[in-house]
Amino acid sequence: MATPEARANPMLTPNKIGITKKEYQGSASTLCTGCGHDSVTLHIISAFYDLDIDPQNVAKFSGIGCSSKTPAYFLSGSHGFNAVHGRMPSVATGAAMANRKMVNIAVSGDGDTASIGMGQFIHIIRRNIPLLYIIENNGVYGLTKGQFSATSDKGSALKKGSTNLLEGIDLCLLALELGCGYVARSFSGDAKQMLPLIKGGLSHRGTAVMDVISPCITFNNHEGSTKSYKFVKDHDQAIQEIGFVPSYTPIDVDYEDGTSKVVEFPNGAKITLKKIERDYDATDRNAAFKVLHEAKSKGELLTGLFYVDPNTRPFQEVAQIVETPLVQLTVEQIRPSKAALAEVMESLK
Amino acid sequence: MKYMNSPYKVNDFSIHVGTVNGSGSQSSNNILMRSIFRMGVPVSGKNLFPSNIQGLPTWFTIRVNRDGWSARRVKTEILVCMNDATYVDDVKALEPESIVIHHDHMNVSALRKDVISISVPFSKIIAEACPDPRLRKLAVNMVYVGVLADLLKITDEAIELAMEQQFKSKHKVLELNRAAIKAGRDFVKANYADLKFPYKIEALNKTDGKILIEGNAACALGAVFSGCTFVSWYPITPSTSLIDYFSDYAEKYRIDPQNGLKTFAVVQAEDEMAAIGMVMGASWMGARSMTATSGPGLSLMAEFTGFGYFAEVPAVIFDVQRVGPSTGLPTRTAQSDLLFAAFLSHGDTKNIIILPGTVDECFSMTADAFDLAERFQTPVFVLSDLDLGMNFWMSDPFPYIDRPLDRGKILTDADTEGLAKFERYGDPDGDGIPFRTLPGIKDRRGVFFTRGSGHNTKAAYTEKGPDYVQAMDRLKKKFETARNHVPKPLKSGSGTNEIGIIAFGSSHDAVRESIHFLKADAGLDVDYLRIRAFPFHEDILNFIKSHNRIFVVDQNRDAQMLSLLKLEPALASEISKMESILHYDGFPIDAPKISEAILKSLKERKAA
Repeated sequence: MATPEARANPMLTPNKIGITKKEYQGSASTLCTGCGHDSVTLHIISAFYDLDIDPQNVAKFSGIGCSSKTPAYFLSGSHGFNAVHGRMPSVATGAAMANRKMVNIAVSGDGDTASIGMGQFIHIIRRNIPLLYIIENNGVYGLTKGQFSATSDKGSALKKGSTNLLEGIDLCLLALELGCGYVARSFSGDAKQMLPLIKGGLSHRGTAVMDVISPCITFNNHEGSTKSYKFVKDHDQAIQEIGFVPSYTPIDVDYEDGTSKVVEFPNGAKITLKKIERDYDATDRNAAFKVLHEAKSKGELLTGLFYVDPNTRPFQEVAQIVETPLVQLTVEQIRPSKAALAEVMESLK
Repeated sequence: MKYMNSPYKVNDFSIHVGTVNGSGSQSSNNILMRSIFRMGVPVSGKNLFPSNIQGLPTWFTIRVNRDGWSARRVKTEILVCMNDATYVDDVKALEPESIVIHHDHMNVSALRKDVISISVPFSKIIAEACPDPRLRKLAVNMVYVGVLADLLKITDEAIELAMEQQFKSKHKVLELNRAAIKAGRDFVKANYADLKFPYKIEALNKTDGKILIEGNAACALGAVFSGCTFVSWYPITPSTSLIDYFSDYAEKYRIDPQNGLKTFAVVQAEDEMAAIGMVMGASWMGARSMTATSGPGLSLMAEFTGFGYFAEVPAVIFDVQRVGPSTGLPTRTAQSDLLFAAFLSHGDTKNIIILPGTVDECFSMTADAFDLAERFQTPVFVLSDLDLGMNFWMSDPFPYIDRPLDRGKILTDADTEGLAKFERYGDPDGDGIPFRTLPGIKDRRGVFFTRGSGHNTKAAYTEKGPDYVQAMDRLKKKFETARNHVPKPLKSGSGTNEIGIIAFGSSHDAVRESIHFLKADAGLDVDYLRIRAFPFHEDILNFIKSHNRIFVVDQNRDAQMLSLLKLEPALASEISKMESILHYDGFPIDAPKISEAILKSLKERKAA
């Protein structure tokens, strides 16, 4: 039973494993006030809390950039690894191979993933390492004060006036092409859509890619930018959520077609996301390609769960690695016997 | 000098075989080498191969030496010519009176009158001995084994043992090769019965109980037998076989009998940056982790090495050195990554380096490297090279290492008292080495965020000057602590001689041989110290101080070991007495080169 104090403050209400939401928080954010990334952080906290995952059993990963700072802002009870720029997927791969018991979450940005880290992004998907890979995508390099990224849309303009002449990379389409078993896109301000998508990704038994459009309020939130609040408000279209049921906690998806939703941001900005009605089967990979390509050609920002394959096999299973975390193996298990060495020596005579 | 004129015709000569890459000559050369070894005569085998899969020339040199000298020997007494493309140059390079065994279509007599030509109709012989034309190309190499076996008096028994080792119980293969060898023997008996062949193998007992192994296999065994649980790598010559051997041995000896699952993971990465990244992640999770690479791969690992140094994540990195810079000579040997590895990464960085000089040390010092990496929570480099790693060396069997694995300073939930005072980057013991915790710990006092950015003792982000200075000074202290924990140098000689030789890594056998003959031929006594790790143990500094002249043997252009020694503040007043012996043509260094350099320098000094 919740104490009167807990009833008064939802942050102090314990979940099924007796951990309060407050305990899922991290240190205070140092990002710009109103940054879309902070909203994502809040959704991540809610997702872990709702799924009753003990932070002790979570490993957090990130690379370099504004987005990559955020794992410090959630789950202070979990070990985190802030890798070098673009190399987070390899670190997460090693960690996941070494310990099959952890729940892995990674936060990266469009620069960290789609430019310097593109190779590693591709290969973590190819290996199907169990991990929720969130890309906080703002189409701009914020930390170095506003350069185009590889996901910047063609024709998009920078605050200082230059126009992007190159095609942007659609990370969801790429993930689909690589055989990713969980591909989704959302908008940082869309709590109702984000939360179930994060929960689904955390429950997926392989690499789950989630491209989150998260406008940079400082360097990419002006007329001409295709990832500003105003642009996204006008162009964001959500495909119908299917009732994806993760392995241990049902996700209630309350998603009414054809309605509008006003989302308020920490800095007080308000945006309206429009959800379109669509009959969509997210287990059909070809359908996912189709809707994404169609949306791209129309210049629409499609959001939702595009594809899910709940039966993928993670790499550790394919590679036949022991279930026990490697560090917990006994010396007898990892050091062959004296007789084994004698046998090898005999073969070399 | 005596050894240059090869006084021994029994059990002291070299066989040089020129073949075509991918023609199957590796098996025949192995059988030839191992059959001599089986007769109790020490041998070493060096493979000189191109960066190519099939078609380009390749050579294999077998040095037979009853005293066990196994370094490279430049001179060749017996040449086998199986490659049309190279035989002219190979024959021209011979010394007078060398033996040349060659295809009958090669006109060796026209090239050189002063060599002994043994013309063999290889194609005709193999056509008769091998009914299946598809297999003739492979089996023809076995004919020269038969020819040499008969000429050198290698017994059938020794050949048979070597073949069984090579082909295990593949009966058809054994039969085919037996027939080819017999055909070679029969040819010699029928055509060269009267030839007084000047070289001979006589049975000895000097290989009893010994093994013949490549350094890469020895390093791999060291990793399998010291509990390495995670490997990630990207294929690159000459380190690839290290991982191949690891996988082979681990698949055999590291399967959990309870469930048939692997107690290790090997991940072939997309590049070397990912390989070392995976090692970082696995090691952070507590797994004993390693990667293996060579020059270009090492360049790519610079970024994560700095991360591992600064964030204090253990890793073992094998660098099987080849000739650089850039792609360089990918299939030739060098010791030219020393300085790069020592300081790999931007920013102030110093890395622990292990320098095995024998195959035995490739095994035992791999275990040391894992212990040191976890004890000091830092990347540890094992610098081998192509000569040590990919060539065959004779050794005593490796002793089993049963000391406890040193997993270093790790706090767990059971260590409540330690956790109460936990500072990830503190220095509670005054040795510069902090305690770490692993992901999965329950006690929140033990949870921290690993980052390559500035951090204070509690692992929190900081850009404050004093915090940074404190972190860097502690890392320096930790490196100083390592000085007396790394493998000590090995010394030989009375210690009272004027002259000291310093060498490291695969130069060892050439130096040993040089020292022997400097004494035997020139009456010169020298002391020898072999460096086996960086940072430098104090014994190294004392050795230099206690000798009047020091020769430092470096298989690189820029005197890298000498340069590293010169950076030691304690040696500031000793620099003038140190000079280099340099070798960097891509081939392994040989003993005469060292001896000649020393004698020349002494003569010049005397004249001056």
